Parts: sequence; structure tokens; C-alpha cells
Amino acid sequence: MTTSAKNVRGLGSAGTGTSHHIRQRVTALALLFLVPWFMYSIIHACKAGYEGALTWVAQPVNAILLILTLSAALYHMRLGIQVVIEDYIGKSGTRQALLILNTFAVFALAVATILSVLKIWFTAGA
Amino acid sequence: MVQLTLPKGSAPKKGKTWPKPERAKNVKKFKVYRYSPEEGGNPRWDTYFVDTDKCGPMVLDILIHIKNEIDSTLAFRRSCREGVCGSCAMNIGGHNTIACTQGWEEIAGPHITIAPLPHQPVVKDLIPDLTNFYAQHAYVQPYLKTDTPEPEKEWNQTEEEREHLDGLYECILCASCSTSCPSYWWNGDKYLGPAALLQAYRWLIDSRDEATGERLDDLEDPFKLYRCHTIMNCTQVCPKGLNPAKAIAKIKHMMVERVA
Repeated sequence: MTTSAKNVRGLGSAGTGTSHHIRQRVTALALLFLVPWFMYSIIHACKAGYEGALTWVAQPVNAILLILTLSAALYHMRLGIQVVIEDYIGKSGTRQALLILNTFAVFALAVATILSVLKIWFTAGA
Repeated sequence: MVQLTLPKGSAPKKGKTWPKPERAKNVKKFKVYRYSPEEGGNPRWDTYFVDTDKCGPMVLDILIHIKNEIDSTLAFRRSCREGVCGSCAMNIGGHNTIACTQGWEEIAGPHITIAPLPHQPVVKDLIPDLTNFYAQHAYVQPYLKTDTPEPEKEWNQTEEEREHLDGLYECILCASCSTSCPSYWWNGDKYLGPAALLQAYRWLIDSRDEATGERLDDLEDPFKLYRCHTIMNCTQVCPKGLNPAKAIAKIKHMMVERVA
């Protein structure tokens, strides 16, 4: 038997959440500019076939913007999926496991995709 | 925790169809959620036919007519019958509102469904258990908090400062907003919900209150505050036309303001 006041107070205020809120909006702001550039450029680059796409990625400006797009998108995804997990998974053990898995998956994707861009950039014309 | 299906014993079944009134010219069909813990078993949908010529214009008039003339076992809360007390909040035609200010003629369709506020324990029929909702209201400490010794006469406030409370103080705690919020459905034990947060903001921006920082501390939590995903159901259903979603957004602005 617990009182309703005890239930509502729970473990107390975590004192966090604002940095998550800010980061989600800042990454969204960055993506507002990066995603339209990415969509436009990738369609344009693909028209030139495989070789043309490689040449496009190897241009320093494109490579840098691509890495920024990937970083912002993956970080935004990390924050967003965290919210979905917190919303829908009530059991704390399962929730914590999924949150860790989310972080691992995003880091793996980030390393794999960013290194791919760097590889094309650095090996082009070599 | 998300429950996509109702717990065992909670799915409403087809209930009793009460006889149509005799010699009635205008009859409207109502399907009302019935549940009695003493009787046990699943909840049920009872069907009532109401002679609308014998009723007032509001859904509450219909319920009172049913209780007086057709079925005295129907249980619901009501008090002021003019949108001030918030007692008769329920889900009418799929929309949370207070029965006393909701005209039944405004609801389209061949019949009108009346159910208790969603996702709350049911005490009986249309009466939800709002213990948790009230405890959340108490959590935000909805009263003036000051350290400065109380002035001899009163705490002064300019007219402009008082205007900041408009659209906030009018809340009647009917719980229509909180119980319409999916985030509150899934995490109602941890998320404070739109009604409590609207009241929290009402005290956060009160020019006389000196506990703004402590109030923000109590709210800064991924669940207590940040479960709001601006779904806006709260604002859509508020029978008093208030905007809890905007109040929550303003609390989030205050949180940002103190760190950046």
C-alpha cells in the first residue's frame, strides 16, 4: 500500500531532459538545411552513374557536408528513438537494455557511414 | 506502459437494450458504458432511447433523464451543471468533454456513445478514479510560495502581470485534457499530464511567486515534463477553451532559458 503522493513523486525529479530537448531541436535545425542539400545533390550525383557519384563524394565540400548530414541525422535519430523507447517500454530493465542497444546501433552506423565517405574522399584519384 | 489491448475483464460487451419510450415523437439513441465492481464481469454497453422532447439540450440533461425516468442504477458525477465544477467530465461521442456544456444535437451520427474518461480505473459506470490525477495537481504545489515576509495588506500585482494568468487560472480540473493525451495513457504514473503542467505554469509566471527555480527543478525530468510531444489533444478537448499545450511549451522555454 502506497499513497498517491508517493506514487506521483516516485524517485523524484531527475533534473535532466532539457539538454535532450535542446539537442533534438538543434540537430533538427541543422537537418533543415542539410537534408534539402543532400536530397538535391544525391539525385544529381546519381544521374552521373557510379563513377559520377564517386567523383561527387570525393569533392571536399560534398564530403564534409555529407559527414555533417550523417552526424546530425544519426544523432537526431539516437535522440528520437530514445523517446520512442521511453514512451512505449514500461519495464525498466527492458527499457535500459534497448536504450543501450540504440546507442550501440547509432555509433556503429555513424562509424561505418562516415568512414565510407572518408575512404572515397581520400582514395579518389589515388 | 503501452497496452494495445484492454486488460482481461475490461473489454466492454453488448449490454441491455432498454425499451423505447411510448408515444414519443423525437427519440435519440444513446449507448452508455456500464460497469459495476459489485456485480463483477466485463463492462457493457447499454442502449437507451430518450424522448428528447422531455429533455434539456445538454448531454447531462440526457443522463439525468435516463437516471430519473429509465434506469436509476446509472452512476455519474455532476454538480454545478454550468461548466464550473468539472465533475461531469466524460467521453462523449469519442471526445472528452464535460456533459453539462455539450449539446447532444451537436454530435453527428445515428447514436451517441457515452463512456468514462479514457485510460483511468473505473469506480462505477461513468465515474473514473482520479486519485492519481489529483496527486499530480498537488505535486506542482498550486499555491503562492514566498520567502519575503508577507506584506501587511496584500501582494501587489500590476494589471499586466495579472493578465499573464488569463487562460491558466480558469482550469476547472475536469481531467478531460490529461485523459485525452496518449503520452498520459502510456506513462500516466510518471508524466504529470497537461492539467497539472498548466497549473505549474500558472504559478511559474505569477509575478508574486518566489519559488520559480524550485518549481522548475521539480519539473525537470524526462517523464514528468518531457513526455509532452505536442500531440495537442489536450488543447483540442479543453471544455474551457484553454491551451495546456502552449503552457507546457512555455515551461520548456523557461527550462532552456535557465541553461542557455
